[in-house]
Amino acid sequence: MHTEPTKPKSQWLIKLFPHWVHIHIDPLEQKWITVSLAAVALFVGIITLDALFHGINPPSKVETIDSASLHLSKEFAEDNLGVQVDGQGNIIIRMVAGRYSFFPKHIDVPAETPLTFRWVSMDVLHGVHIPMTNMSTMIVPGYVAEITTSFPKPGEYPLLCNEYCGLGHNHMWSNISVIAKENWKAPLQPAATGGTSHE
Amino acid sequence: MNNAAEQKLVLSHLWVAFIAFVVACLLGEYQVLERSGLFPALDSTRVYFASVSTHGVLMAFVLTTFFIMGFGYYVAVSSLKQPLWNLPLAWASFWIALVGTVLAAIPLLTGNASVLYTFYPPIVAHAAFYIGATLLVVGSWLWCAIMLVTFGQWKKAHPGAPVPLAMFATAANALLWLWTSAGVAVEVLFQLIPLSLGWIDTIDPGLARTLFAWTLHPIVYFWLIPTYIAFYVFVPKQAGGYLFSDEMARAAFIVLVVFALPIGFHHLYMDPEQGQGWKLLHGIGTFVVALPTLVTGFTVIASLEIAGRLRGGKGLFGWILTLPWTNPMVLAVILSLLMLIFGGFGGIVNASYAMNAMVHNTAWVPGHFHLIFGGTTIIMYIAIAYYLWPLLVGKPLFSKNLALMQLWTWFIGMSILTTPWHVLGLLGQPRRISTVVYNNLLTLAWQPYEFMMILGGLVLLGSACLLIYILAKTQLAPAAETFAEEVEYATPIHAVSTLPEYLNGFKLWNKVIAVLMAISFGFPILQFFFMDTFGSSAWGY
Repeated sequence: MHTEPTKPKSQWLIKLFPHWVHIHIDPLEQKWITVSLAAVALFVGIITLDALFHGINPPSKVETIDSASLHLSKEFAEDNLGVQVDGQGNIIIRMVAGRYSFFPKHIDVPAETPLTFRWVSMDVLHGVHIPMTNMSTMIVPGYVAEITTSFPKPGEYPLLCNEYCGLGHNHMWSNISVIAKENWKAPLQPAATGGTSHE
Repeated sequence: MNNAAEQKLVLSHLWVAFIAFVVACLLGEYQVLERSGLFPALDSTRVYFASVSTHGVLMAFVLTTFFIMGFGYYVAVSSLKQPLWNLPLAWASFWIALVGTVLAAIPLLTGNASVLYTFYPPIVAHAAFYIGATLLVVGSWLWCAIMLVTFGQWKKAHPGAPVPLAMFATAANALLWLWTSAGVAVEVLFQLIPLSLGWIDTIDPGLARTLFAWTLHPIVYFWLIPTYIAFYVFVPKQAGGYLFSDEMARAAFIVLVVFALPIGFHHLYMDPEQGQGWKLLHGIGTFVVALPTLVTGFTVIASLEIAGRLRGGKGLFGWILTLPWTNPMVLAVILSLLMLIFGGFGGIVNASYAMNAMVHNTAWVPGHFHLIFGGTTIIMYIAIAYYLWPLLVGKPLFSKNLALMQLWTWFIGMSILTTPWHVLGLLGQPRRISTVVYNNLLTLAWQPYEFMMILGGLVLLGSACLLIYILAKTQLAPAAETFAEEVEYATPIHAVSTLPEYLNGFKLWNKVIAVLMAISFGFPILQFFFMDTFGSSAWGY
């Protein structure tokens, strides 16, 4: 049985919190707590450094929008949806989620290229995930969900609603084509949106 | 505890809990069958989502709340060796919670509340669902009051004496639940009930989700604490040994309660209405709350090792073999810890901030929480039932062998169910679909795992029925004349005679919680009142 007396010299917890001295912490347990703290510190450290220095964060742009009048808004009006290249050459993809589909129904995007998705809901809560990728976000009515990512491999990917949105939820899905970078052509934009043509 | 009135109170709570449990298991098996698409006759999204909503409410709210209340009363009376404060109030709490459960069950079972147990506004259910759920919570608040008053009375009558560990942890859970339930209570009272009754026209789903996240993490610790109580106060004695450390147990419960609360945003990692700094802060807190579980794992395994060595176990691992594997409590703790190791690993993946994107809302998530809640947590609820039933009805357990078989089948069934569920998540399957209609090659890889889940669910359903059979047979057996067993709480190696006040009460910790909650939820909630937000109108489903 572990009944050896405590050895305050080797116990950093007790040194750190002198008023704890009169409670009993077994030296073996102290070692375990040290190991546990180190493990937690390692995980927290990696996550925090990645977030602060590599910009690896979940989609968190707090931006509101009136979901009831998307069709009247400039940005999410029907003819402004889908893939666009802005003045700086960034690829912006505007998508509307609504029972039970994603609009536009199909898009082509280049592989190995940063893509900024801007998702909005026209009705209830939805979620969208492209399996095997980190293109995942909740789409909360009243908010724009913005996420920037890139797809390393070309292919046909399903695009699935992953949040219960009503009895037709199973049917809410579409496909997205990821095309090799060199084969992808930027779509022609209506002049009004200010998009540039790369053709 | 020999008081018939209190025994009846405890048994009533536990029976409601386990009846809800077996009904929910039946629904669960229906769901895996429906989901597989093998039986076209079963296909119905309307029935499926009514079933999922009911399954979730029964397991997460009814089973847990009634079990925790009943077990809490038992711990209070038996560990403090004093009658319960205000028995009539305890019965009032029971009936309020039961009426609430029935009131919520009617719209659930008739398909008028298929909003899942996590609510999901702006979809709205029938108002009776929210009002019923509110009554269940109000009933549980009365229980919290009874526990905290009992705790205070005992401390007053025994100045300076350490509160028995079991009661200390139960009071900690009552305090935790009061803080925990405040978030969802505000959501239901100020958003969902007014919206469902048509008193307000719109709701901000971002605010609703933030308030629900307040509740959504600590609620799992509310469910887990009875399991940890059994780990600390029953297991060491049942294994034939001693509790490794009483003080560290208290410290673990305190850290659990304090850090379970300010970390709910790991449920909102993928949400657009909260900023990344807040998510990161809650994410770090999520890792901190792993510490008390790591300490608990150490203390429990050390206590088991002492028992195994006292029973003649030698060598590095020889003590494991000499443990009394045929004691239901000991078998349950071994299986529970095994599931905790795998479930804890999955939990770390979920907690890992941006990595969460790969598994968020995929089948991985229900796989994870079935393993850690249905497995780790519930198997100890079952072991507690096997331990308490003979004490409550004054008759020996109907069959120890059947009880052991039931625990093994629960573990095996849970392993068969949750392993493919995790794999499905990694293969990209969303969690809340009733059938697979995606016209995509990816879905072909999902089929075999769906079949395995049917088998797992079936084993679990059989195991749940066996539990009810054993409990009923124990209770209905002819009265035993010679039955004189008493509850036995584990003795710590180092008896505690005095404790600093911070390890014997919650005044300080209550203030710490208030500060942490103000820091981690203050701005994220207030922002909705400063931002230009747009409400959503109510939707059916």
